[in-house]
Amino acid sequence: MKKLVFVLVAVLAVLHQDFWWWHTYEPLVFGFIPVNLAHHVGISIASSVVAALAVKYSWPTDVDELDQSTDGGGSQ
Amino acid sequence: MNPGQIAVLVIALYMAMLLCVGVLSGRVFRGTAADYFVASRGIGPFVLLMSMFGTTMTSFAIIGSSREAYVSGIGAYGKMVSWSGIFHSFCFFFVGIKLWHYGKLYGYTTQIQFFRDRFASDKLGLLLFPVLVGLVVPYLLMGVIGGATSIEKITMGAFPEIFTATKGGIPFWLAGLIVCTVTLIYVFFGGVRGAAWANTLQTCIFIVLGIVTFAVIADQLGGPVAATQQVAEYNPAHLKVASTPEDQANYEEKLAAFEAGDSPIKPRQPHHVPPIVFFTYIFIPFSVAMFPHLFQHWLTARSAKAFRLAVIAHPLLMMLTWLPCVLIGLWATSAVMPNGEPVIPPGLENANAVLAIMVRKLAPTMIGGLLVAGVLAAIMSSLDSQFICLGSIFTNDIANHYLKHKKLSDKTVVLMGRAFIVVIVVATYLLSLWLRNASVFRLGVWCFTGFASLAPLVFAALYWKRATKIGAYACILTAAGLGLWFFRQAELTSGREFLVFGMMPVAVILSASTLALIVVSLATTPPPEATLAKFFSPRKPSPLSAAAEPVTSDA
Repeated sequence: MKKLVFVLVAVLAVLHQDFWWWHTYEPLVFGFIPVNLAHHVGISIASSVVAALAVKYSWPTDVDELDQSTDGGGSQ
Repeated sequence: MNPGQIAVLVIALYMAMLLCVGVLSGRVFRGTAADYFVASRGIGPFVLLMSMFGTTMTSFAIIGSSREAYVSGIGAYGKMVSWSGIFHSFCFFFVGIKLWHYGKLYGYTTQIQFFRDRFASDKLGLLLFPVLVGLVVPYLLMGVIGGATSIEKITMGAFPEIFTATKGGIPFWLAGLIVCTVTLIYVFFGGVRGAAWANTLQTCIFIVLGIVTFAVIADQLGGPVAATQQVAEYNPAHLKVASTPEDQANYEEKLAAFEAGDSPIKPRQPHHVPPIVFFTYIFIPFSVAMFPHLFQHWLTARSAKAFRLAVIAHPLLMMLTWLPCVLIGLWATSAVMPNGEPVIPPGLENANAVLAIMVRKLAPTMIGGLLVAGVLAAIMSSLDSQFICLGSIFTNDIANHYLKHKKLSDKTVVLMGRAFIVVIVVATYLLSLWLRNASVFRLGVWCFTGFASLAPLVFAALYWKRATKIGAYACILTAAGLGLWFFRQAELTSGREFLVFGMMPVAVILSASTLALIVVSLATTPPPEATLAKFFSPRKPSPLSAAAEPVTSDA
């Protein structure tokens, strides 16, 4: 699943290069957001979804385990 | 009471509230250095999210974004926000959680302690210290310049007989002094816990008020649709990432109409973002992996799980903060007052003031005051963390580290940290008076370029066993050397981007620092087994034994 997260990050990076909308601002989303800007807002939202997938499926459980086993020992 | 005086009153009340937060958190302060610098590692998910976000967002996000949209159009969002949405969370996930873990396991309080230990080199700290402090100063500068400019513009008319040069507004020098002093006071009272609490409050304030600003200004311009249509009429190229020949022809036609007195709006020069420049902004967000003030907030987390909310919500909060500011900056290019005059004067020299001018001219007085409080919230929520971080790295990595034999008390450690903070803040304040017209956006991009160029160091330290201390030196020296060399050639007040081989300088510097790290590491002796066991073994050694015997083999 960790690999899928990396793939999704790469897909977002590719989608970021939306050159097909660089020379136009229409359609205006909701009548006032240029389409290119709306596309990038969509990338922000998609980033959050990918981050949620990473947290759900690629969480470093070893850190949790070690954290519990050393709780109270290392903190100042 | 005139509008300027009402703005002064609102700002004064806001500052007083921050001081109260500092005093309240000071009451919870346990008097130990660990509580002052890492809040005894007890911060939960919501406060962690807010403090991390508030720390990362500074005047760059509020003043810089609206300025950049005003100067060069919507590309500002794609260059910074959508890239950052992807890679900030990536860095929190792959770097932040691991560093928090090592911080807890081995008792680190600063980045330098981690790097000294990981690369088994005491002197590495001496090299990193001036580099990190040198990079935090421009970050502080952005805050002071942005805050002081906003206060000066928004309070215009408050005291016309005292401050004649600024038409009655609190002058830049005094506004900057107030911002620095209030932040210093509440940080001194509460340490990182005070900053985390204040950041949570301030982050909520600037997100809510940012949306309110957007709604109020949109309403005053006849609604968001009408405001954007006005831009499409006078500055259509600003609604695109790259302009076309038709945009240039349209610009010349509109300019001729303005010069003939037939149009109230002086059109702005069409802007073109080359694809390679747009792409190479990808490297800027990696700067968060090396922000020392963010590292300090990571260490405050109660548990690894506390990071989850921040990893997921950070891109959304960035969007909520930047989108209204970018749209306001766009609308500023073509907005007209009911009397037919342009909202932004055609000869405006300091584009950092665009947002403040829009707020002062279009928002009702009371809301205008509140809105500037929102701007200050964004700025001061970064300044406070940076102040603490500077104190922390000075006391822990220099003073306490080299005066270990003197067995300094916690009280002395905190005092030394505060003294160092004051020295840096005074230097930053004086620099802000000199660089007050510098573009907050350009300054920010250079600052982030520096931190991003050091990012290979932290990724290698965490994920590459073969990274050596000499490789680390090579990485830092390459990043610092090339960064300074390019920075000397850049113009901070210009609207033009400084490029290297047609790309953002960060692409070249980061590539060079990565190459230096890899080549030199492979050419030098691998790290000691003890170091590898400490950082790469599946089961970590006992925290007490590990903390008691740090690996430092410079001698």
